[in-house]
Amino acid sequence: MLEIKNLTKQFDGQMIINDFSMIVPDQSITAIVGPSGAGKTTLLRCITGLVKPDSGQFLWQNQIFDPTDHHSQNAIIGSVFQDFQLFPNLTVLKNITLAPTLVHHESLELVTQKAERLLIRLGLGEQKNLYPYQLSGGQKQRVAIVRALAMNPKILCYDEPTSALDPGLRDEVADVILDLQTSGMTQIVVTHDIDFAQKIANKMIQVTALKR
Amino acid sequence: MDYIISILPALLSGTKMTLTIFIITGIGSILLGVLVGLGLISHFKPLVGILNVYVWLMRGTPLLLQLIFVFYGLPLIGIVFPRLDAALLAFILNYTAYFGEIFRGGFQAIPAGQFEAAEMLHLSYWQTIKNIIAPQVFKIVLPSLGNEIINLIKDSSLVYVIGLGDLLRAGNVATSRDVTLVPLILVGIIYLLLTAICTFVLKQIENHFRVWR
Repeated sequence: MLEIKNLTKQFDGQMIINDFSMIVPDQSITAIVGPSGAGKTTLLRCITGLVKPDSGQFLWQNQIFDPTDHHSQNAIIGSVFQDFQLFPNLTVLKNITLAPTLVHHESLELVTQKAERLLIRLGLGEQKNLYPYQLSGGQKQRVAIVRALAMNPKILCYDEPTSALDPGLRDEVADVILDLQTSGMTQIVVTHDIDFAQKIANKMIQVTALKR
Repeated sequence: MDYIISILPALLSGTKMTLTIFIITGIGSILLGVLVGLGLISHFKPLVGILNVYVWLMRGTPLLLQLIFVFYGLPLIGIVFPRLDAALLAFILNYTAYFGEIFRGGFQAIPAGQFEAAEMLHLSYWQTIKNIIAPQVFKIVLPSLGNEIINLIKDSSLVYVIGLGDLLRAGNVATSRDVTLVPLILVGIIYLLLTAICTFVLKQIENHFRVWR
């Protein structure tokens, strides 16, 4: 269970997140919805540790942790970026195996096997030796998901997973997210797409822009 | 023909000097240029300030002046370099500034998201630079790098002012002595050959980087 307590974040004196708390149960899908400018992305960036909150606490299984500490071996939070941010100079497989081999010192053979299993599961078995520019948007996103999963995160976060995709691919992403849930993954999805959120989420959190 | 063969040894020995300066400066200043480029994008303001002054000085004054300064100027305050060392020092300092600016532009062209993605994967700063950022930067800067590298071959002729015997000087000596244009034409041909080889090698490297976009 992830617990966020009394999170506060200001940018240049503007309050973006004010005393926000939430609980993310294990194996749940939590959708954070709200209009643009409401601070959804800032909230997610606090959770993924790319933004340092002004105050607040993060607890994983009742243990305090610091999401901004990206040097620890144990990745609690994994992230799928809105524009995927695959590494263009590396093949699909290398995108996935780079961090586990360098950071966790796992053997390339084992990591590769695991990556190939995940790729096949997400329908990308044929694409493993391609470079990112050769993939469609939906394929890139699934590679980004596998890349994040390869680091064994406890929670996987998505920033606007449907926004860079054709409308037809929305259901595909939803299927992937629901499929990961059945295998035990806890997921947080930021989206402005209420229909999509309703389709996948166990829990919806509405954020609204603070008065400025 | 006999005349060409008779002056060829002198020209080739000059070519050797030209290549020595070219290769050592090229390697040294590209490596240092990467570091200066990284320094120029760092968040540590004093470092950025110092590097900007350095780049301004190096790009703002003639390389010829810098050469003369190092070899004839510095001995006046007790710092003496042998000729070749003085030339290499001046060239590396000068070219590092240009390469540093080229690499700065390259680093800045990489989306911040690439650094963030690497951070989320818990890669360290140097792992990120080496595996993800450097290859992308290198691909971006290759054409500008190529320009400077070709320039460097020709700029190396400036070392004549501190008395080093490079290719141009060898040709010049022969021309004045024998009152003929042939040595200068040969010098031109050798420069063209050198730059042609460089152009070819650079093209090959660019092709190598073309497998990804």
